[in-house]
Amino acid sequence: MMRRYLTMLFALLALSACDEMNQQPRYDSYEESPLFRDGKSLQSAPPGTVSRNARADAEALLNRPPMTSALLERGRERFEIYCRPCHDASGYGNGTVPARGFPKPPSFHSARLRLAGPAYFVSVITDGHGVMYSYADRVAPADRWAIAAYILALQRSQSATLDALTAAERQKLAKGGS
Amino acid sequence: MFQPAQVRLSQKCWNNSEARLLEAEFRVCAGGAFARVRFSSHPHEKEHFRAKGRDVPQIFTASADTRLRAVLALLALMLIAALAFLKYQDSAYATLRDWVRHQPVPFSHEHHVGGLGIDCRYCHTSVEEDASAGLPPTHICMTCHSQLWTSAPMLAPVRQSLAEGNPLEWQRVARVPDYVYFNHSIHIQRGVACVECHGRVDKMPLMKRAKAFQMQFCLDCHRDPAPNLRPPDQVTRMDWSSWKQNSSEHEDYGRLMVKAYGIQPSKLDDCSICHR
Repeated sequence: MMRRYLTMLFALLALSACDEMNQQPRYDSYEESPLFRDGKSLQSAPPGTVSRNARADAEALLNRPPMTSALLERGRERFEIYCRPCHDASGYGNGTVPARGFPKPPSFHSARLRLAGPAYFVSVITDGHGVMYSYADRVAPADRWAIAAYILALQRSQSATLDALTAAERQKLAKGGS
Repeated sequence: MFQPAQVRLSQKCWNNSEARLLEAEFRVCAGGAFARVRFSSHPHEKEHFRAKGRDVPQIFTASADTRLRAVLALLALMLIAALAFLKYQDSAYATLRDWVRHQPVPFSHEHHVGGLGIDCRYCHTSVEEDASAGLPPTHICMTCHSQLWTSAPMLAPVRQSLAEGNPLEWQRVARVPDYVYFNHSIHIQRGVACVECHGRVDKMPLMKRAKAFQMQFCLDCHRDPAPNLRPPDQVTRMDWSSWKQNSSEHEDYGRLMVKAYGIQPSKLDDCSICHR
Protein backbone atom coordinates (compact mmCIF):
# COMPACT_ATOMS: atom_id res chain seq x y z
CA MET A 1 0.00 0.00 0.00
CA MET A 2 2.72 2.41 1.02
CA ARG A 3 4.61 1.57 -2.13
CA ARG A 4 1.63 2.45 -4.29
CA TYR A 5 1.36 5.87 -2.68
CA LEU A 6 5.06 6.44 -3.21
CA THR A 7 4.76 5.54 -6.90
CA MET A 8 1.85 7.93 -7.27
CA LEU A 9 3.82 10.66 -5.56
CA PHE A 10 6.74 10.19 -7.93
CA ALA A 11 4.42 10.18 -10.91
CA LEU A 12 3.01 13.51 -9.71
CA LEU A 13 6.52 14.90 -9.29
CA ALA A 14 7.39 13.79 -12.81
CA LEU A 15 4.35 15.71 -14.11
CA SER A 16 5.89 18.96 -12.93
CA ALA A 17 8.62 18.48 -15.54
CA CYS A 18 5.98 18.08 -18.23
CA ASP A 19 5.43 21.32 -20.16
CA GLU A 20 2.67 19.92 -22.37
CA MET A 21 4.94 19.98 -25.43
CA ASN A 22 5.19 23.73 -25.11
CA GLN A 23 8.82 23.52 -26.23
CA GLN A 24 9.27 20.99 -28.99
CA PRO A 25 12.55 19.93 -30.57
CA ARG A 26 12.17 22.17 -33.58
CA TYR A 27 13.13 25.75 -34.21
CA ASP A 28 10.87 28.76 -34.15
CA SER A 29 11.90 31.55 -36.50
CA TYR A 30 15.06 33.24 -35.21
CA GLU A 31 15.48 30.69 -32.42
CA GLU A 32 18.99 30.05 -31.17
CA SER A 33 20.67 26.88 -32.38
CA PRO A 34 23.74 25.16 -31.00
CA LEU A 35 24.06 23.32 -34.33
CA PHE A 36 25.80 26.19 -36.05
CA ARG A 37 28.88 28.06 -34.96
CA ASP A 38 27.18 31.45 -35.16
CA GLY A 39 24.29 30.16 -33.05
CA LYS A 40 21.60 30.96 -35.60
CA SER A 41 18.96 28.46 -36.69
CA LEU A 42 18.06 30.86 -39.47
CA GLN A 43 21.17 30.54 -41.60
CA SER A 44 21.74 32.92 -44.46
CA ALA A 45 22.18 31.40 -47.89
CA PRO A 46 25.78 30.49 -48.82
CA PRO A 47 27.54 33.00 -51.09
CA GLY A 48 26.68 32.53 -54.74
CA THR A 49 23.20 31.21 -54.04
CA VAL A 50 20.70 32.26 -56.68
CA SER A 51 17.22 32.94 -55.42
CA ARG A 52 14.40 31.02 -57.05
CA ASN A 53 12.75 34.38 -57.68
CA ALA A 54 15.89 35.94 -59.13
CA ARG A 55 14.72 35.85 -62.72
CA ALA A 56 11.18 37.00 -62.00
CA ASP A 57 12.57 39.77 -59.78
CA ALA A 58 15.01 40.90 -62.48
CA GLU A 59 12.23 40.97 -65.04
CA ALA A 60 9.91 42.85 -62.69
CA LEU A 61 12.65 45.38 -62.14
CA LEU A 62 13.24 45.94 -65.84
CA ASN A 63 9.67 46.17 -67.01
CA ARG A 64 7.61 49.12 -66.01
CA PRO A 65 4.05 47.93 -65.34
CA PRO A 66 1.19 49.81 -66.99
CA MET A 67 -0.28 52.63 -64.92
CA THR A 68 -3.50 51.48 -63.26
CA SER A 69 -5.43 52.64 -60.24
CA ALA A 70 -4.60 49.33 -58.54
CA LEU A 71 -0.91 50.06 -59.06
CA LEU A 72 -1.37 53.52 -57.56
CA GLU A 73 -3.25 52.11 -54.57
CA ARG A 74 -0.49 49.60 -53.96
CA GLY A 75 2.07 52.36 -54.43
CA ARG A 76 0.34 54.56 -51.90
CA GLU A 77 0.23 51.78 -49.33
CA ARG A 78 3.94 50.94 -49.78
CA PHE A 79 4.86 54.65 -49.83
CA GLU A 80 3.04 55.18 -46.53
CA ILE A 81 4.97 52.30 -44.97
CA TYR A 82 8.49 52.78 -46.28
CA CYS A 83 8.82 56.35 -47.57
CA ARG A 84 6.54 58.50 -45.49
CA PRO A 85 8.70 58.53 -42.30
CA CYS A 86 11.26 60.68 -44.17
CA HIS A 87 9.59 61.98 -47.32
CA ASP A 88 6.23 62.82 -45.62
CA ALA A 89 2.82 62.08 -47.02
CA SER A 90 3.07 64.70 -49.78
CA GLY A 91 6.71 64.09 -50.71
CA TYR A 92 8.28 67.38 -49.56
CA GLY A 93 10.76 65.61 -47.33
CA ASN A 94 9.35 66.91 -44.06
CA GLY A 95 8.80 63.56 -42.40
CA THR A 96 9.01 62.80 -38.70
CA VAL A 97 12.48 61.26 -38.99
CA PRO A 98 14.14 64.33 -40.61
CA ALA A 99 12.38 66.32 -37.87
CA ARG A 100 14.51 64.38 -35.37
CA GLY A 101 17.75 65.24 -37.12
CA PHE A 102 18.06 62.86 -40.05
CA PRO A 103 19.38 64.74 -43.13
CA LYS A 104 16.37 66.15 -44.94
CA PRO A 105 15.68 64.32 -48.19
CA PRO A 106 15.09 66.35 -51.38
CA SER A 107 11.51 67.25 -52.21
CA PHE A 108 9.87 65.24 -54.99
CA HIS A 109 8.54 68.54 -56.24
CA SER A 110 11.93 70.04 -56.97
CA ALA A 111 12.65 70.76 -60.63
CA ARG A 112 15.29 68.03 -60.80
CA LEU A 113 13.10 65.23 -59.40
CA ARG A 114 10.06 66.32 -61.35
CA LEU A 115 12.01 65.53 -64.49
CA ALA A 116 13.61 62.35 -63.13
CA GLY A 117 10.95 59.84 -64.18
CA PRO A 118 9.86 56.59 -62.54
CA ALA A 119 12.90 54.50 -63.48
CA TYR A 120 15.06 56.86 -61.42
CA PHE A 121 12.92 56.36 -58.30
CA VAL A 122 13.03 52.59 -58.82
CA SER A 123 16.82 52.67 -59.03
CA VAL A 124 17.07 54.81 -55.87
CA ILE A 125 14.78 52.42 -53.97
CA THR A 126 16.86 49.49 -55.23
CA ASP A 127 20.33 50.87 -54.62
CA GLY A 128 19.83 53.64 -52.13
CA HIS A 129 21.07 57.20 -52.60
CA GLY A 130 23.27 59.33 -50.38
CA VAL A 131 22.32 58.58 -46.77
CA MET A 132 19.28 56.63 -47.89
CA TYR A 133 19.80 52.89 -47.53
CA SER A 134 18.78 50.45 -50.20
CA TYR A 135 15.21 49.21 -49.72
CA ALA A 136 15.74 46.22 -51.99
CA ASP A 137 15.27 43.82 -49.07
CA ARG A 138 12.04 45.46 -47.94
CA VAL A 139 10.30 46.51 -51.14
CA ALA A 140 9.72 43.88 -53.84
CA PRO A 141 10.64 44.93 -57.43
CA ALA A 142 7.01 45.21 -58.55
CA ASP A 143 6.27 47.36 -55.49
CA ARG A 144 9.13 49.72 -56.40
CA TRP A 145 7.37 50.53 -59.67
CA ALA A 146 4.15 50.99 -57.72
CA ILE A 147 5.84 53.46 -55.38
CA ALA A 148 7.41 55.26 -58.36
CA ALA A 149 3.97 55.52 -59.95
CA TYR A 150 2.57 56.97 -56.74
CA ILE A 151 5.43 59.49 -56.58
CA LEU A 152 4.50 60.59 -60.11
CA ALA A 153 0.93 61.01 -58.93
CA LEU A 154 2.12 63.03 -55.93
CA GLN A 155 4.19 65.25 -58.24
CA ARG A 156 1.21 65.79 -60.46
CA SER A 157 -1.04 66.52 -57.50
CA GLN A 158 1.24 69.34 -56.32
CA SER A 159 1.56 70.99 -59.72
CA ALA A 160 -1.93 70.48 -61.11
CA THR A 161 -3.71 73.48 -62.53
CA LEU A 162 -7.27 74.40 -61.72
CA ASP A 163 -8.26 73.63 -65.33
CA ALA A 164 -7.39 69.95 -64.80
CA LEU A 165 -10.12 69.62 -62.19
CA THR A 166 -13.75 68.83 -62.86
CA ALA A 167 -16.38 71.36 -61.92
CA ALA A 168 -17.42 69.35 -58.89
CA GLU A 169 -13.83 69.07 -57.66
CA ARG A 170 -13.32 72.80 -58.13
CA GLN A 171 -16.42 73.46 -56.07
CA LYS A 172 -15.14 71.18 -53.32
CA LEU A 173 -11.79 72.98 -53.39
CA ALA A 174 -13.49 76.36 -53.14
CA LYS A 175 -15.32 75.14 -50.05
CA GLY A 176 -11.96 74.39 -48.46
CA GLY A 177 -12.08 70.64 -48.86
CA SER A 178 -9.12 68.61 -49.95
CA MET B 1 -32.36 -9.60 14.57
CA PHE B 2 -28.76 -8.43 15.00
CA GLN B 3 -27.54 -11.53 16.65
CA PRO B 4 -27.91 -14.06 13.83
CA ALA B 5 -26.04 -11.88 11.35
CA GLN B 6 -23.17 -11.43 13.75
CA VAL B 7 -22.90 -15.09 14.38
CA ARG B 8 -22.93 -15.92 10.72
CA LEU B 9 -20.25 -13.40 9.91
CA SER B 10 -17.96 -14.29 12.73
CA GLN B 11 -18.12 -17.86 11.62
CA LYS B 12 -16.97 -16.69 8.23
CA CYS B 13 -14.14 -14.87 9.90
CA TRP B 14 -12.74 -17.87 11.52
CA ASN B 15 -13.16 -20.11 8.58
CA ASN B 16 -11.47 -18.00 5.94
CA SER B 17 -8.07 -16.65 5.16
CA GLU B 18 -6.73 -13.45 6.64
CA ALA B 19 -7.88 -11.34 3.76
CA ARG B 20 -11.42 -12.56 4.14
CA LEU B 21 -11.18 -12.03 7.85
CA LEU B 22 -10.64 -8.30 7.34
CA GLU B 23 -13.56 -8.18 5.00
CA ALA B 24 -15.77 -10.04 7.39
CA GLU B 25 -14.87 -7.74 10.25
CA PHE B 26 -15.78 -4.80 8.14
CA ARG B 27 -19.14 -6.32 7.43
CA VAL B 28 -19.75 -6.92 11.07
CA CYS B 29 -19.11 -3.29 11.66
CA ALA B 30 -21.47 -2.35 8.92
CA GLY B 31 -24.05 -4.72 10.32
CA GLY B 32 -23.45 -3.24 13.75
CA ALA B 33 -24.09 0.26 12.51
CA PHE B 34 -27.27 -0.89 10.93
CA ALA B 35 -28.36 -2.65 14.02
CA ARG B 36 -27.49 0.30 16.17
CA VAL B 37 -29.78 2.58 14.28
CA ARG B 38 -32.53 0.13 14.79
CA PHE B 39 -31.90 -0.17 18.50
CA SER B 40 -31.99 3.51 19.06
CA SER B 41 -35.24 3.84 17.19
CA HIS B 42 -36.83 1.04 19.12
CA PRO B 43 -36.36 1.61 22.87
CA HIS B 44 -38.11 -1.66 23.58
CA GLU B 45 -35.44 -3.66 21.85
CA LYS B 46 -32.76 -1.59 23.57
CA GLU B 47 -34.25 -2.52 26.89
CA HIS B 48 -34.12 -6.11 25.80
CA PHE B 49 -30.39 -5.89 25.16
CA ARG B 50 -29.69 -4.03 28.40
CA ALA B 51 -31.57 -6.66 30.30
CA LYS B 52 -29.35 -9.27 28.76
CA GLY B 53 -26.34 -7.39 30.07
CA ARG B 54 -25.14 -6.28 26.65
CA ASP B 55 -24.32 -2.76 25.62
CA VAL B 56 -24.81 -1.16 22.21
CA PRO B 57 -21.76 -2.30 20.27
CA GLN B 58 -19.03 0.32 19.82
CA ILE B 59 -18.49 0.62 16.08
CA PHE B 60 -16.32 3.74 15.72
CA THR B 61 -12.81 3.78 17.09
CA ALA B 62 -11.65 6.62 19.32
CA SER B 63 -9.74 8.29 16.45
CA ALA B 64 -12.63 8.13 13.95
CA ASP B 65 -13.73 11.69 14.63
CA THR B 66 -10.22 13.06 14.15
CA ARG B 67 -9.91 11.13 10.91
CA LEU B 68 -13.21 12.45 9.64
CA ARG B 69 -12.10 16.00 10.38
CA ALA B 70 -8.78 15.35 8.68
CA VAL B 71 -10.52 14.08 5.55
CA LEU B 72 -12.86 17.09 5.50
CA ALA B 73 -9.94 19.44 5.99
CA LEU B 74 -8.06 17.74 3.17
CA LEU B 75 -11.04 18.05 0.85
CA ALA B 76 -11.37 21.74 1.66
CA LEU B 77 -7.65 22.19 1.10
CA MET B 78 -7.84 20.42 -2.25
CA LEU B 79 -10.72 22.64 -3.31
CA ILE B 80 -8.80 25.75 -2.34
CA ALA B 81 -5.70 24.44 -4.12
CA ALA B 82 -7.69 23.74 -7.28
CA LEU B 83 -9.22 27.22 -7.24
CA ALA B 84 -5.84 28.78 -6.56
CA PHE B 85 -4.32 26.83 -9.45
CA LEU B 86 -7.03 28.01 -11.83
CA LYS B 87 -6.53 31.57 -10.66
CA TYR B 88 -2.76 31.20 -11.04
CA GLN B 89 -3.10 29.91 -14.61
CA ASP B 90 -4.84 33.12 -15.64
CA SER B 91 -2.55 35.37 -13.67
CA ALA B 92 -0.20 37.84 -15.28
CA TYR B 93 2.64 35.93 -13.61
CA ALA B 94 1.86 32.60 -15.26
CA THR B 95 0.88 34.01 -18.67
CA LEU B 96 3.68 36.63 -18.69
CA ARG B 97 1.07 39.26 -19.52
CA ASP B 98 2.30 42.84 -18.96
CA TRP B 99 5.77 41.66 -18.05
CA VAL B 100 8.70 43.48 -19.54
CA ARG B 101 11.68 41.36 -20.47
CA HIS B 102 15.25 42.44 -20.38
CA GLN B 103 16.38 43.28 -23.92
CA PRO B 104 19.82 44.06 -25.35
CA VAL B 105 18.49 47.50 -26.38
CA PRO B 106 15.58 49.18 -24.58
CA PHE B 107 13.67 49.60 -27.84
CA SER B 108 10.60 51.81 -27.51
CA HIS B 109 7.60 51.07 -29.68
CA GLU B 110 6.01 54.12 -28.08
CA HIS B 111 8.66 56.33 -29.66
CA HIS B 112 8.88 54.64 -33.05
CA VAL B 113 5.20 53.84 -33.60
CA GLY B 114 3.43 56.44 -31.48
CA GLY B 115 5.95 59.26 -31.80
CA LEU B 116 7.33 58.87 -35.31
CA GLY B 117 4.32 57.14 -36.83
CA ILE B 118 6.38 54.40 -38.46
CA ASP B 119 4.20 51.60 -39.81
CA CYS B 120 4.63 48.15 -38.20
CA ARG B 121 5.60 46.73 -41.59
CA TYR B 122 8.59 49.06 -41.94
CA CYS B 123 10.45 46.70 -39.58
CA HIS B 124 8.25 43.59 -39.44
CA THR B 125 8.51 43.13 -43.17
CA SER B 126 7.29 39.57 -43.58
CA VAL B 127 4.04 39.91 -41.65
CA GLU B 128 1.94 40.06 -44.82
CA GLU B 129 3.38 36.96 -46.49
CA ASP B 130 4.82 34.75 -43.78
CA ALA B 131 3.78 32.88 -40.69
CA SER B 132 6.31 34.96 -38.78
CA ALA B 133 6.01 38.74 -38.65
CA GLY B 134 9.77 39.05 -38.90
CA LEU B 135 12.23 40.67 -36.54
CA PRO B 136 14.16 43.47 -38.26
CA PRO B 137 17.75 42.70 -39.18
CA THR B 138 20.25 45.18 -37.79
CA HIS B 139 20.56 47.16 -40.99
CA ILE B 140 16.88 48.12 -40.79
CA CYS B 141 17.67 49.79 -37.46
CA MET B 142 20.69 51.39 -39.11
CA THR B 143 18.58 52.81 -41.95
CA CYS B 144 17.91 55.68 -39.54
CA HIS B 145 20.50 55.12 -36.85
CA SER B 146 23.41 55.42 -39.26
CA GLN B 147 22.55 59.12 -39.02
CA LEU B 148 20.57 59.48 -35.80
CA TRP B 149 21.90 58.93 -32.27
CA THR B 150 25.08 57.60 -33.82
CA SER B 151 27.04 57.72 -30.58
CA ALA B 152 24.25 56.96 -28.10
CA PRO B 153 25.50 54.36 -25.60
CA MET B 154 22.03 52.83 -25.61
CA LEU B 155 22.50 51.87 -29.26
CA ALA B 156 26.00 50.47 -28.86
CA PRO B 157 24.79 46.85 -29.18
CA VAL B 158 23.14 47.75 -32.52
CA ARG B 159 26.36 49.21 -33.92
CA GLN B 160 28.32 46.27 -32.59
CA SER B 161 25.87 43.88 -34.21
CA LEU B 162 26.29 45.63 -37.55
CA ALA B 163 30.08 45.74 -37.29
CA GLU B 164 30.45 42.09 -36.28
CA GLY B 165 27.61 40.68 -38.33
CA ASN B 166 26.04 39.06 -35.27
CA PRO B 167 22.32 39.41 -34.76
CA LEU B 168 20.92 41.25 -31.76
CA GLU B 169 19.62 38.72 -29.27
CA TRP B 170 16.12 39.94 -28.61
CA GLN B 171 14.08 38.14 -25.99
CA ARG B 172 10.81 36.95 -27.37
CA VAL B 173 7.77 38.74 -25.94
CA ALA B 174 4.74 37.47 -27.85
CA ARG B 175 4.99 33.72 -28.04
CA VAL B 176 2.55 30.86 -28.47
CA PRO B 177 3.45 27.28 -27.49
CA ASP B 178 5.14 25.07 -30.09
CA TYR B 179 1.95 23.09 -30.65
CA VAL B 180 0.23 26.21 -31.98
CA TYR B 181 0.94 26.95 -35.64
CA PHE B 182 0.01 30.59 -35.76
CA ASN B 183 0.25 32.32 -39.12
CA HIS B 184 0.44 36.11 -39.27
CA SER B 185 -0.18 36.48 -42.99
CA ILE B 186 -3.74 35.15 -43.11
CA HIS B 187 -4.79 37.29 -40.15
CA ILE B 188 -3.30 40.40 -41.74
CA GLN B 189 -4.85 39.66 -45.12
CA ARG B 190 -8.28 39.23 -43.55
CA GLY B 191 -7.92 42.42 -41.56
CA VAL B 192 -7.37 41.28 -37.99
CA ALA B 193 -5.62 44.40 -36.75
CA CYS B 194 -2.21 44.06 -35.08
CA VAL B 195 -3.58 45.76 -31.99
CA GLU B 196 -6.12 42.98 -31.37
CA CYS B 197 -3.38 40.60 -30.21
CA HIS B 198 -0.41 42.85 -29.52
CA GLY B 199 -2.21 45.67 -27.75
CA ARG B 200 -1.37 49.34 -27.99
CA VAL B 201 2.32 48.95 -28.73
CA ASP B 202 2.34 52.67 -29.53
CA LYS B 203 1.89 53.18 -25.79
CA MET B 204 4.56 50.73 -24.66
CA PRO B 205 7.92 52.35 -23.88
CA LEU B 206 9.19 48.82 -23.36
CA MET B 207 7.64 45.90 -25.14
CA LYS B 208 5.36 43.65 -23.16
CA ARG B 209 2.85 40.94 -23.90
CA ALA B 210 -0.58 42.54 -24.04
CA LYS B 211 -2.73 39.41 -24.01
CA ALA B 212 -2.40 36.14 -22.16
CA PHE B 213 -2.44 34.17 -25.44
CA GLN B 214 -4.50 31.40 -23.92
CA MET B 215 -6.55 29.15 -26.14
CA GLN B 216 -9.78 30.82 -25.07
CA PHE B 217 -8.48 34.10 -26.47
CA CYS B 218 -7.96 32.55 -29.90
CA LEU B 219 -11.25 30.67 -29.80
CA ASP B 220 -13.33 33.71 -28.89
CA CYS B 221 -12.39 35.27 -32.21
CA HIS B 222 -12.34 32.07 -34.26
CA ARG B 223 -15.89 31.29 -33.22
CA ASP B 224 -17.10 34.80 -33.96
CA PRO B 225 -14.61 36.56 -36.25
CA ALA B 226 -16.95 39.26 -37.61
CA PRO B 227 -16.53 41.88 -34.85
CA ASN B 228 -12.73 41.71 -35.13
CA LEU B 229 -12.44 42.20 -38.88
CA ARG B 230 -11.20 45.58 -40.13
CA PRO B 231 -10.36 46.93 -43.56
CA PRO B 232 -7.07 45.17 -44.41
CA ASP B 233 -5.52 48.41 -45.68
CA GLN B 234 -5.75 49.82 -42.15
CA VAL B 235 -4.59 46.70 -40.39
CA THR B 236 -1.65 48.39 -38.66
CA ARG B 237 -3.80 51.21 -37.27
CA MET B 238 -3.51 51.36 -33.49
CA ASP B 239 -6.44 53.44 -32.35
CA TRP B 240 -9.81 51.98 -33.27
CA SER B 241 -11.86 53.85 -30.67
CA SER B 242 -13.67 55.86 -33.35
CA TRP B 243 -14.51 52.61 -35.16
CA LYS B 244 -15.96 51.18 -31.99
CA GLN B 245 -17.84 54.36 -31.12
CA ASN B 246 -19.48 54.68 -34.52
CA SER B 247 -20.37 51.02 -34.70
CA SER B 248 -23.63 51.78 -36.52
CA GLU B 249 -21.66 52.96 -39.59
CA HIS B 250 -20.14 49.57 -40.18
CA GLU B 251 -22.25 47.12 -38.27
CA ASP B 252 -22.49 44.95 -41.37
CA TYR B 253 -18.82 45.15 -42.29
CA GLY B 254 -17.58 42.13 -40.38
CA ARG B 255 -20.59 40.00 -41.25
CA LEU B 256 -20.31 40.80 -44.94
CA MET B 257 -16.56 40.28 -45.02
CA VAL B 258 -16.94 36.89 -43.35
CA LYS B 259 -19.21 36.03 -46.25
CA ALA B 260 -16.98 37.63 -48.88
CA TYR B 261 -13.85 35.84 -47.66
CA GLY B 262 -15.73 32.56 -47.36
CA ILE B 263 -14.84 32.27 -43.67
CA GLN B 264 -16.77 29.45 -42.01
CA PRO B 265 -16.76 30.07 -38.26
CA SER B 266 -18.16 26.56 -37.72
CA LYS B 267 -14.91 25.14 -39.07
CA LEU B 268 -12.63 27.81 -37.68
CA ASP B 269 -12.47 26.09 -34.30
CA ASP B 270 -11.44 22.73 -35.74
CA CYS B 271 -8.36 21.45 -33.92
CA SER B 272 -6.37 21.24 -37.14
CA ILE B 273 -6.83 24.95 -37.85
CA CYS B 274 -4.15 25.73 -35.27
CA HIS B 275 -2.70 22.33 -34.27
CA ARG B 276 -0.92 19.85 -36.48
